[in-house]
Amino acid sequence: MTEDAPILEAIGINKSFGPVHVLHDVDFAVYPGKVTALIGDNGAGKSTLVKTITGIYGTDSGEFRFEGERVDLDSPKDAAGLGIEVVYQDLALCENLDIVQNMFLGRERTKNRLLDEGSMEQAARDTLASLSVRTVKSVRQSVSSLSGGQRQTVAIAKAVLWNSKVVLLDEPTAALGVAQTRQVLDLVRRLADQGLGVVIISHNMNEVLEVSDRVAAMYLGRIAADVAVTKDTTREFLVELITSGRSGDVGITEEATL
Amino acid sequence: MSDTTSSTSESQVVGDFALDSVKKDLRGSLGDTVARLKDGQLGSLPAILAIVVLVTLFGSVSPDSFLSKINLANFLEQASSVIVIAMAVSFVLLLGEIDLAAGFTAGVAGAVLATRLQNWPLVPSILAAAVVAIALGTFTGFMVAKVGIPSFVVTLANVLLFQGILLQLVKNGGSVRIENQIIKDLVGGNMTPTVSWIFVIVALVLLGLSMFRKQRVSHGAIPTSLILLKLGLATAGAVIFTTMLNQNRAFASAPAPIRGIPYVIPLVLILLLVMTFVLNRTRYGRHLYAVGGNPEAARRAGINVARIRLTAFAVCGLLAGIGGAFLASRVNSVDPNTGANDTLLLAVGAAVIGGTSLFGGKGRMLNAVLGGFVLALIPNGLTLVGKRSPLGFGEIDFGSSGTKFICAGLALLAASSVDALSRKRTA
Repeated sequence: MTEDAPILEAIGINKSFGPVHVLHDVDFAVYPGKVTALIGDNGAGKSTLVKTITGIYGTDSGEFRFEGERVDLDSPKDAAGLGIEVVYQDLALCENLDIVQNMFLGRERTKNRLLDEGSMEQAARDTLASLSVRTVKSVRQSVSSLSGGQRQTVAIAKAVLWNSKVVLLDEPTAALGVAQTRQVLDLVRRLADQGLGVVIISHNMNEVLEVSDRVAAMYLGRIAADVAVTKDTTREFLVELITSGRSGDVGITEEATL
Repeated sequence: MSDTTSSTSESQVVGDFALDSVKKDLRGSLGDTVARLKDGQLGSLPAILAIVVLVTLFGSVSPDSFLSKINLANFLEQASSVIVIAMAVSFVLLLGEIDLAAGFTAGVAGAVLATRLQNWPLVPSILAAAVVAIALGTFTGFMVAKVGIPSFVVTLANVLLFQGILLQLVKNGGSVRIENQIIKDLVGGNMTPTVSWIFVIVALVLLGLSMFRKQRVSHGAIPTSLILLKLGLATAGAVIFTTMLNQNRAFASAPAPIRGIPYVIPLVLILLLVMTFVLNRTRYGRHLYAVGGNPEAARRAGINVARIRLTAFAVCGLLAGIGGAFLASRVNSVDPNTGANDTLLLAVGAAVIGGTSLFGGKGRMLNAVLGGFVLALIPNGLTLVGKRSPLGFGEIDFGSSGTKFICAGLALLAASSVDALSRKRTA
C-alpha cells in the first residue's frame, strides 16, 4: 500500500492511565478510499486509540498527521474540524427527534437566526440518497420508529453529512440481524468508495475479511500487525494475532512484550 | 411508484423518501392520523375529548349556570393561572425534570409584586417581581445542572424554602392588597367589544397564515381542505365565544355593564405563541428537546447540556412568576396561600393531561392550555352542579372540595396512564 499516502496517521502514540500503560508506541494509519479494520481482544486498547484520535483523550507522547501535516487533536472539536467523525456503538441518537433533526443536532442550519428546516431536510435527503439508502420512507420519521439497521444508517449518514474525510465506526453491526448487517456493511463499503478513510472496529472476523482492505490487530496495547487483506488472509491468522499477538512470522516479537 | 412531484435525479431513485413528497387529500391525511393514534401517539386527543365530554356533561346537568355568559368569562379567568404555571412546568418537563415549587415561585413573585406596588410605581415593581422569579428559577437550575442534585429533591426543598420566603414577604399570615388598576385588570379587566372583535380577527388571520406556512413546509402533505376545515371550526368557535363575551354579563343590579373578552386571553395566547415559537423554530428549542430525549447524545453533539438545564429552569421561574401575577390579579391580593395548596399539582396535571410526557422530550405548549382547561373545568362545573341526589344515593355535594379533589386526581391518574401506556406501545 505504498501508492496511497495515508489521510490520517498516528505515530508512536503512548497513553497511560495512572500506572496502566494502555497504548505502547502505537502506529496506525487510515487511507482514503480504504476500509481499515481495527481488531483486538477486549482491553487491547482499540477504544482508547479511537478516543485519542477523536481528541477525547490526550496522549502522553507521539504525534498525529492529517493529510501529511502534523496536527493537534486535543479536543473533539479539533477532530471534527478536520473532518474526523465517530459513530459510537450506542449511536447517540435522540429517539424523540426525527431523522433530519438528529442528523443536524448541535449544528443546525439557521436563516435569520431561525431554524432553516427546508435546507436541512434537503441536505439530509441528498446525503441518504448518495449513500443509496432505500429503506427510509420519510426523513421526517421519528428515530423511535426506525429499526436497528436504519438507526445505524442514520448515525452513519449523520457522520458523513459534514464532508467528513475519516469516519470511525465502533462495532456498527454488533446489535444487528443478518439482513441489517448486510445493509450496513454495504454502506461501509460505499463510504470508502466515495473516497473516505473508513475505520471499522469489529469482533466478527468474517465481516472484517469481507469488508476491509487493511487490518490492524492490537494486542495488549500494541499494534501486533498492520497488513493488507488479500484473498489469502484467513480467519485463523486474524484470530491468532488477536489472541497471541503473532501468527507465523507476523506480529510482536517476544522481547517487545517484556 | 406513481410519484411525479419529486425532483427525480440520477442518484435519487423514485420511491426513496416517497412519503416526503406525496400530496395528500383529506381522506389520506385523516388516515395518517388514525395510524398515528393506533401507534400509541395520542398527543392532545385525550385532552380534547375530555373537554368535549366535560362540557357536554356539565352543560346538560346544569345548563342555566354552567353555559351562562358569566361562567364562561369566569372559567377562562380561573383557567388562566393554571395554564400559565402549567406552561412553566412544561418547560422543565420537556427535559425530563420537574419543578414541584413552581406554585410557590408564583406565590413569591406575586408577593414581591404586591408589596413593591405599595411603595413603587408599576414598572419597577413588575421588573422586581420578574427578576425574583428568574432568580428563583436560576437557583433551582444551578442546583440541578451544576451541583447535580435531582430536580425532584431540589424542588421539594424549595417548596419549604419558597413558602418561607412567601410568609416573610406577606408578614406571617396577613394579606397584601393590590390597588394598581392595571394589575387588577390583568385577569379581571375586559377589552371593549370592538377591540375584542379586532383581536379575534387578527388571531384567526395569524392562525390561517401559520397553517398555510406549515402546509408549504410539508410539501403539501397537509391538504388544503383540512386547513379550511380547521379554520372554519376555529372561526365558528371564536365567533360564538366573542358574541357571548361581548354581551353584558353583569347582574341586573350591577352599577356598570361587564362586556368584552378578558385581557387574560390575549395575554395567555401571546405567551403560548412566543413559547411555541422558541421551542419549534430556534436552535435553543431544538436543543431542549434533544436534552430531554437523550442527554448523552446531546452532549456528544456539542450541546452544552448544563446550560440548557439551567436556562430552562430560569424560563420556568419567569413563567411561573407571570402565573403568580395572574393569581394575584384574580383576587386583587396576595396571601400565604397564593400559589399554595393544589396550584402546582394542577399545573403539572394540566401539562400531563394535555399530552406532555413526564419522561421528557415530548410535549408542546398547547398541551398546557388544553390540560389547563380540563382541570379548570372540573372544579368549575362541579361547583355549579352543587348538591344533588342522583339515583337515590342520598344527597351528594358535588361542589365540595373533596369531590373536586377526587375528580381531579382521577383525571390526572388517567392522563398519566395514557402517557405510560403509549410509551410502552411506541418503545
